[in-house]
Amino acid sequence: MENNIQIEKDFFLDEVLRDYSSNSKDDQVIEKISRYKNILTDKPILYVGTGTCGLGAGAGKTFEKAESYLKEKNIDARIIKTGCIGLCSSEPILDVQIPGYNRISFEHITEEKVEGLLDSVFNLKIPSENIIGQFKEQNNKEWENVQDINEHPFFVKQKRIVLKNCGIIDPVSINEYIACGGYKNIIKAISNYESHEVCQLILDSGLKGRGGGGFLTGMKWKFANSEKSDQKYLICNADEGDPGAFMDRAVIEGDPHKLLEGMAIAAYAIGASKAYVYIRAEYPLAIARLKIAIDQAREYGILGDNIFNTGIDFDIKVKMGAGAFVCGEETALIHSIEGKRGMPRPRPPFPTTSGLFEKPTVINNVETLSNVSTIIEKGSEWFTSIGTDKSKGTKVFALSGKISLTGLVEVPMGTSIREVLFNIAGGCPNGKKFKAVQIGGPSGGCITEENLDIPIDYSELIEKGAMMGSGGMVVMDEDTCMVDIAKFFMNFIQRESCGKCIPCREGTKRMLEILESITSKPTNPKSNEALERFRSVIQLEKLAKVIKETSLCGLGQSAPNPVLSTLRYFRDEYDAHIYDKQCPAGVCKNLRVFKINVDACTGCTVCAKKCPTGAIIGAKKTPHFIVEDKCIGCGACFEACKFNAIEIV
Amino acid sequence: MDPNVKNVFSNYPQPSQDNLIPILQDVQEANGYLSEELIVEVGKFLEMPTSKIYGVATFYNQFRFKPQGKYHVQVCRGTACHVLGSSSVLEELEKVLNIKAGDTTKDEMFSIEVVACIGACGLAPVISINGNFHAKVTKETIKDIIENYRNKID
Repeated sequence: MENNIQIEKDFFLDEVLRDYSSNSKDDQVIEKISRYKNILTDKPILYVGTGTCGLGAGAGKTFEKAESYLKEKNIDARIIKTGCIGLCSSEPILDVQIPGYNRISFEHITEEKVEGLLDSVFNLKIPSENIIGQFKEQNNKEWENVQDINEHPFFVKQKRIVLKNCGIIDPVSINEYIACGGYKNIIKAISNYESHEVCQLILDSGLKGRGGGGFLTGMKWKFANSEKSDQKYLICNADEGDPGAFMDRAVIEGDPHKLLEGMAIAAYAIGASKAYVYIRAEYPLAIARLKIAIDQAREYGILGDNIFNTGIDFDIKVKMGAGAFVCGEETALIHSIEGKRGMPRPRPPFPTTSGLFEKPTVINNVETLSNVSTIIEKGSEWFTSIGTDKSKGTKVFALSGKISLTGLVEVPMGTSIREVLFNIAGGCPNGKKFKAVQIGGPSGGCITEENLDIPIDYSELIEKGAMMGSGGMVVMDEDTCMVDIAKFFMNFIQRESCGKCIPCREGTKRMLEILESITSKPTNPKSNEALERFRSVIQLEKLAKVIKETSLCGLGQSAPNPVLSTLRYFRDEYDAHIYDKQCPAGVCKNLRVFKINVDACTGCTVCAKKCPTGAIIGAKKTPHFIVEDKCIGCGACFEACKFNAIEIV
Repeated sequence: MDPNVKNVFSNYPQPSQDNLIPILQDVQEANGYLSEELIVEVGKFLEMPTSKIYGVATFYNQFRFKPQGKYHVQVCRGTACHVLGSSSVLEELEKVLNIKAGDTTKDEMFSIEVVACIGACGLAPVISINGNFHAKVTKETIKDIIENYRNKID
C-alpha cells in the first residue's frame, strides 16, 4: 500500500509536474492522467455531493444507501465524495459514471430514490426525471436525450474559474487535482518569474480583492514585496462573517488545493515563508478538508522546507476564528491571530508594512487567492479580457432568500444583476413579486427592480448604494418588510461592533432603538414618543452620517448602509410604519392589529387576563373587545385564545 | 484538574499569547464550556492575568460560560434564514423547550445558541443540532425535530 502511494507520488512529481509546460506527453502518461481525472475508468463511479448544503439536504444518507446498494448487488464500483457544484437547491446530487459513457448528474436523490435510480442507470436506462445533465467528454459515449450540463440554464451563462473543479473532483485527492492541471502554476511562477514579476503580472491582470474592499491585489503584493524584513506573512482570510455569503466555504470544501496553490504563489511573490488560513470555526467540514489537503501537499513536498528543491520554504497553518464579524477587518484579524481581542487599529501603518507580529503581512480573501493560479497559467491579458473596464475577471455570488434556485454562481464582471437573478436563478418562487436584492451583507445595500440592469462592477454597485462585498445576494419578495431588514442588519452590526470607537458602539445602538420604536406601537400616546417617531427618520439620517464619517474601521464606516439604502428606495415603507403604524408586508409583529370575532368569543376572560396592558375589556360570558389605543400588538391574547376568536386584521 | 484539560495543555509545549484562542477552543471542546476555574488555569499556564483571558474569551461569540445541553441546538440567524422566517422558528423553539436562547434546559437535555450564519444559506432556515444540519425548518416542523432527539435512546 505504502509502495503504491510512493509510486503515485513519483509519477505526479516526476512525470506530470516536471515538464509542466509541455503538452506533448507520451500516450501512456496521458492515459494515466485521464484515469486520475476519472474520464477513463474500468469501474463505474458514483459521486455524491457532500458539501455542507448537500449534507443538510440528506447527502449523508444518500451516500450510505449508495454504498450498501453496491455491496448488496455485489457491484465493483468506486464511490467518491465531492464538494458542492453550486446548485444547492438541487441537493442531494448524485452523479453516475458508467465505463465508456459520459458522467451524468441527477438532482434531489434522497435516500429512498437511490435504489430505483441506480437500478435503471446500471442497466443503461436513464430515468426521465431528476436529470441535471451529462458531462461531455470526447472519448466517451453520449447519453441520448440528455442535455449537456453546461447547457443547463443554471450553468450556461456562468464562467467558472474559481469554481471550475468544485463539485466535480474529489477535494481530498491531490492526485486528481494535479491530473486536472493543478500545482503546475506554482512551479511555473517560481521557475519563469522573479517574485516582483509575479506581483506585476497580478497587478496587470487587474485582480481586485474579492472579500469586499476591492483593492488591487497586485498592488498589495508589491507593497509587501518591496519591504525588507527577516520574516513576512501571508494570511488567507476565510472568516466569512457576512451572513448570506458562503462561497469561501464552498471553495474550500470543493477544491482546497486550488486555494493552497494560490497561497503558495502569493507567498513566493511577497517573500513570505509562513502563512495562516484564518477560517470560521462554524465550518467544520471545510476545516477538515483543508487540513487533509495541507497534509497531502506537505507529503508531496509542495509545502514545507525547500519546496520542489527550489530552496524556498513555505508552510501553512490553520487558525480557527472564534466568531467575530469585525475580524473581517485586516487589523482586527491580525490581533485575533496574535491571541488578543479582535479590535481594529488605525491605519497607517498598513499591514503590508507592519502586520502580524509587526512584520509585513498580506491578507487576501479565499476567492482572490483561488483566482491566482489560473492567472499565472493563462496570463494577465487573458484575465483582463474578461469583465468590464474597471472590474476584471469573474465574481462568485451566493444566491439565497426568496429565489427559485439557491446556490453559487460565478459570472463575468459586467453581467447584469437581472441576468443572474432571473435567467440563471429563475426569479422569485411561487409567483411572488420581486422587491429587492441585498448585496454586500451588513455593509451593503439593496438593488431594486429599476436598477436590475446595471452591470456587476465595483463602482456601479457603490453608485447605487450597494457594494460588492463578499458576494452574498439575498433576494427579497413582496412579503419582506424592508424596515425589518434594516432592523435586522442594525441588530447584527450593533452586536458585532467591537466597542472600541464611540460612533460605532453607541451610534449603531441608537439607530437600532429608533428602528425598534418605529416597528412597534407607541405604548403611551401622551408621552413624547409620538414626536420621537416623527423625528426618527431625520435622526436616522443624521446618525448615519456621523457614524460613517467618524468610525475607525470599515465595519463602522459601512454600518449605516443598509438603513440608508432602504431609506433611499423604500421611504414609503418607513412612512407606513411611522405615520400609519402599519407594516405593509405584515412582518412587523408589534404593528399587527387584533380584533375579537364576536360570534366566536365565549367570554372566558383568558385573553383579558393575559393582556399586559389591560386593553381587553368585557364582562364574563359575554364577548370581549380590544381597545385599540391600548393594544401594543404583542399577540398574547391571540396565542391564549382557545376558540380562535381573535383575528389579525 | 480534568485530565482532558491537562491533555490540552500538554499539546502546547511552548505556550505564548498567540496560542490563547486555540487553547480556549480546545479547553471548551474538552470541557463543554469555559468555567471560572478553567479560565484561571489557562491564565496560570500562559502566565497571563485572568482578566486578560476573560477579556479575550468574552469578546468572541464562540466561547460559552455555561454548560450546554446534551443536544446543542444552533439556530442560524443569517440574512437568508431571517428572510425565510428563522425568527419565528427561534420563537417556537424557545417555547417548545421553555428556555431562552443562550440557556440550557433544567434536565440538561437541550441548549439553544443563536449563531450569525452557518453558511448553508441555500437551505434556509437552518438549524444545527450537535453538528447535524436540519434544512428548511419551519415553525411546524421544529417540534417534531426536537421530539425525535428527546426520544433518542443511546
